[in-house]
Amino acid sequence: MTGPRVVVVGNGMVGERFVEALRTRDRDGRWRVTVLAEERRPAYDRVRLSAFFDGVSAEELNLHTPDDGVELRLGEPALRIDRERRLVTTAGGEVPYDALVLATGSYPFVPPVDGTDLPGVFVYRTLDDLAAIREHARGRRTGAVIGGGLLGLEAANALRLLGLDTSVVEFAPRLMPAQVDEAGGAMLRRYVEELGVTPYLGVATSALRPGPDGTVAALELADGRTVDAELVVVAAGIRPRDELARAAGLPLGPRGGVLVDAGCRTADERIWAVGECAAVDGTCHGLVAPGYATAEVVADRLLGGAATFPGADTATKLKLLGVDVASFGDAHGTTPGCLDVTFTDPATRAYAKLVLSDDARTLLGGVLVGDASAYPTLRASVGGPLPAPPLALLAPAGGAGSGAGALPAAAQVCSCNAVTRADIDAAIAGGAGDVPALKACTRAGTSCGSCVPMLKQLLDAAGVRQSTALCEHFDTSRQELFDIVRVRGIRTFSQLIAEHGRGRGCDICKPVVASILASLGTGHVLDGEQASLQDTNDHFLANLQRDGSYSVVPRIPGGEITPEKLIVIGEVARDFRLYTKITGGQRIDLLGARVEQLPQIWRRLVDAGFESGHAYGKALRTVKSCVGETWCRYGVQDSVGLAVALELRYRGLRAPHKLKSAVSGCARECAEARSKDFGIIATETGWNLYVGGNGGFRPRHADLFATDLSTEALIPLIDRFVMYYIRTADRLQRTAAWIEAMDGGLDHLRSVIVDDSLGLCAELDAAMARHVASYSDEWRDVLEDPERLRRFTSFVNAPDVPDPSITFTVARGQPVPARAADHRRQPVALGLPEVRR
Amino acid sequence: MRTLNWTPVCPLDRLDPDRGVAALVDGVQVALFRTGGELYAVDNLDPVGGAYVMSRGIVGSRGGLPTVASPLHKQVYDLRTGRCLEVAGVTLRRHRIRCRDGLVEVRLRQEE
Ligand code: SRM
Ligand SMILES: Cc1cc2nc3c(=O)[nH]c(=O)nc-3n(C[C@H](O)[C@H](O)[C@H](O)COP(=O)(O)OP(=O)(O)OC[C@H]3O[C@@H](n4cnc5c(N)ncnc54)[C@H](O)[C@@H]3O)c2cc1C
Ligand code: SF4
Ligand code: FES
Repeated sequence: MTGPRVVVVGNGMVGERFVEALRTRDRDGRWRVTVLAEERRPAYDRVRLSAFFDGVSAEELNLHTPDDGVELRLGEPALRIDRERRLVTTAGGEVPYDALVLATGSYPFVPPVDGTDLPGVFVYRTLDDLAAIREHARGRRTGAVIGGGLLGLEAANALRLLGLDTSVVEFAPRLMPAQVDEAGGAMLRRYVEELGVTPYLGVATSALRPGPDGTVAALELADGRTVDAELVVVAAGIRPRDELARAAGLPLGPRGGVLVDAGCRTADERIWAVGECAAVDGTCHGLVAPGYATAEVVADRLLGGAATFPGADTATKLKLLGVDVASFGDAHGTTPGCLDVTFTDPATRAYAKLVLSDDARTLLGGVLVGDASAYPTLRASVGGPLPAPPLALLAPAGGAGSGAGALPAAAQVCSCNAVTRADIDAAIAGGAGDVPALKACTRAGTSCGSCVPMLKQLLDAAGVRQSTALCEHFDTSRQELFDIVRVRGIRTFSQLIAEHGRGRGCDICKPVVASILASLGTGHVLDGEQASLQDTNDHFLANLQRDGSYSVVPRIPGGEITPEKLIVIGEVARDFRLYTKITGGQRIDLLGARVEQLPQIWRRLVDAGFESGHAYGKALRTVKSCVGETWCRYGVQDSVGLAVALELRYRGLRAPHKLKSAVSGCARECAEARSKDFGIIATETGWNLYVGGNGGFRPRHADLFATDLSTEALIPLIDRFVMYYIRTADRLQRTAAWIEAMDGGLDHLRSVIVDDSLGLCAELDAAMARHVASYSDEWRDVLEDPERLRRFTSFVNAPDVPDPSITFTVARGQPVPARAADHRRQPVALGLPEVRR
Repeated sequence: MRTLNWTPVCPLDRLDPDRGVAALVDGVQVALFRTGGELYAVDNLDPVGGAYVMSRGIVGSRGGLPTVASPLHKQVYDLRTGRCLEVAGVTLRRHRIRCRDGLVEVRLRQEE
């Protein structure tokens, strides 16, 4: 094959995108492609670079797809361009080109300050930089970042995560000066301080000083202060890597960068530049989205097209551990005559500003700090009419509610990939029925991901019903499945999947069906086929730990326990060498048990009167309590007595997600009842019932449901609440999300379980009565049955050999897992359900 | 030590359909599964989580392929090839398994 050859210098994000774009469009393979890469690894997602510190591996960040038509030479930088002979020189020889694409990116700018060459001073650009930072941070205590912009704050967060006491020095009087205004900067500063990062603003760094071992130890500031720092990251801006072009005599932009026209071509008609190294009409862009646009332009031009650079969207959104910061469009309000609308909510600590045209009709830009939920919609509306009145857009929750459905067709939905609403609508019309399909056919949502919620809204707006199918084996939702099982009296998974599903099931539908069968009272969870449906926790009636051992949590209703029982727990832990800890649920966790030890441990516990605490199940966990009127001088009711009674009533009840409760003896609320799925707070005359609270990933306070109830009136309400939840909630949907998703919300719930508007109450009451009557302790049942006990062996062919991989060391006087040093912590996605509208 | 011998492990009826067990073969922890009328043997070591737990995962199917999901963090593996369906480049090592006269036998596969 002897077609023309394009040589690409640099295999960064944009270089890779260029190659991909060219190869996709060049269907008959006209161009041969050679890529010269300075880094030793193929292109990776630099935007997500910091995820490396959360344990995301280099492989996971990889962007490069191997392609037989592309020759990728790693670790072989271009050294020189010979424009006369159309050759690029590398250490390996000369590479001839017909077209040359420069995609060399930027280098971090290091200000000329004494000491930046000391060991322990780093920049933040490549995976190698981050690996070196992690290495140097080991055993060190303090760190500092020079530069308080987007990248500097990201680096500061990384240092903080590495355990360093971190400072940020910024020359400008506020953080992220390029993106946010003064008020936004002040709000940001409060957040950053709360994370434990110390900002030094409006001051320059005058020198870096070494310690006795010759590595960096401190920063000296221009105002005379010193800042301890055994590790320093310089994040003071970037400069385009234009050295090859400069040496080849190509014109540069006024502030550096390879000067190109709107077609991304340099003064030499065979040489192009893309990404951060390109000064398009004189301006360099330091973000990936405009870079991608240049890559598409050059791919088009090489194939005879006439594409031009569409202009840049400088919108940015940063997430610094829970703090959202976004700015877009004319954030600083530099358009003549423009108007500002600002909104500050000290309670939720959200700050927002919108910049509008002088007639207040057109959105020009804005800044959001704290709550950036309105960002996707707002960003897409820049330059067009406001999708809703300014206040409705800015008030918390307003942004989400205003909806993407109101966007004009030309609005850019995904700015990373330049996809407009019209593109999305066309894809939907062409049959794309869910987010993965939209990603595949438009590329929207495949880069930073911040537009994914909008994709969902646009599907909704187009009237596409998004699937409620549980998984590929069942087309039904959990609620529908529950009704099928209940109404048809189905008792096994095989029957259910044969009649109402397909395939053999999976880790999603099997535990759901196991839970439904258990809620309907179909015998012991380890009996017959049911055993094969259970998650490992339910299968061994214990919680799996990271090293393959299990934890044991006996029930301690209301947190009340006798000295005798405490002693038994102590003895069991001592005899089996278990780690013990008081849990957040007012009971005691015994950790480090091997599978074959579980029955022996439980034999001892059951004999002493303990029973399973269901810490492993999607079931009732604990009913916490305060000491209440028995002891407390403020208590007005017996909170412990009620908590114990409730825990015994609902113990063992399987549900779509775990259920927690608490009872407080007075309004001081020492048991934190309002953070529970159902919480009870004593009043002078009875009990107040709260529902739909939780802690966890998205804390929510429970709502007041009924007041001043007698104990007799309280219990049936809880029974119905819990049973109605079990019947109608989605898989892994806690009560809070269930109520939020319910049409009519709390009022509907009240009408169903207080006024019996659906005529369901008698049935719910009967179901609960059956549960209470049929409860028996799962662990006692196992110990009495050799068939069930058989499952608790280490190896089927060597039942006497304990798992040799489970070993311990001692920490603070107790055994803890000895971890293989080479096994890095992996980040784990939170398995949280998405709320459906 | 790695041998290429078939090692008898247990009677077939000790393998419940769709639920794994662990076995120790020549010092290597192996997870055995019986599903859809077939037998499968893979490493018991979860390559992502780093603990020896694969035998305790949920068995099922994805698009007709027999699968097991890690009980630690739920990555799903194709039991026939050992390939992880979620994380590119991750695989479970497979071993040979057969049933002779009602007895399940395993033969370790050497490093590929
Ligand atoms: C042991 C304990 C921590 C401790 O040492 O104190 C604990 C440990 C675990 N929690 Fe928890 N949680 C414990 C109290 C809590 C609390 C506090 C409470 O209950 O008052 C909360 C916040 C309250 C709440 O749930 O609303 C809590 C919120 C979570 C969540 C987030 C739930 C959410 O809705 O966002 C999870 C994840 C999940 O369930 O999906 C979780 C999951 C877990 C799991 C099951 C994770 C897992 O799958 O391995 C841990 C199992 C530990 C084990 O093997 O025993 N744990 N967890 C506490 C056990 C209490 C008990 O006696 O049963
Ligand atoms: C930590 C971090 C976070 C970021 N976050 C965001 C964000 O949230 N949003 C956003 O839009 N952007 C973000 N960016 C910027 C984004 O990564 C860049 O805009 C993008 O990578 C630019 O792509 P590029 O291909 O032009 O340059 P690069 O990705 O830097 O690639 C250039 C490549 O060329 C190589 N090279 C240089 N000279 C030569 C030579 N002579 N021969 C061979 N190879 C050479 C370099 O080694 C490099 O691998 C972030 C950057 C960093 C560092
Ligand atoms: S909630 Fe009330 S009764 Fe209970 S301990 Fe606190 S102050 Fe005392
Ligand atoms: S806006 Fe970044 S992926 Fe769509």
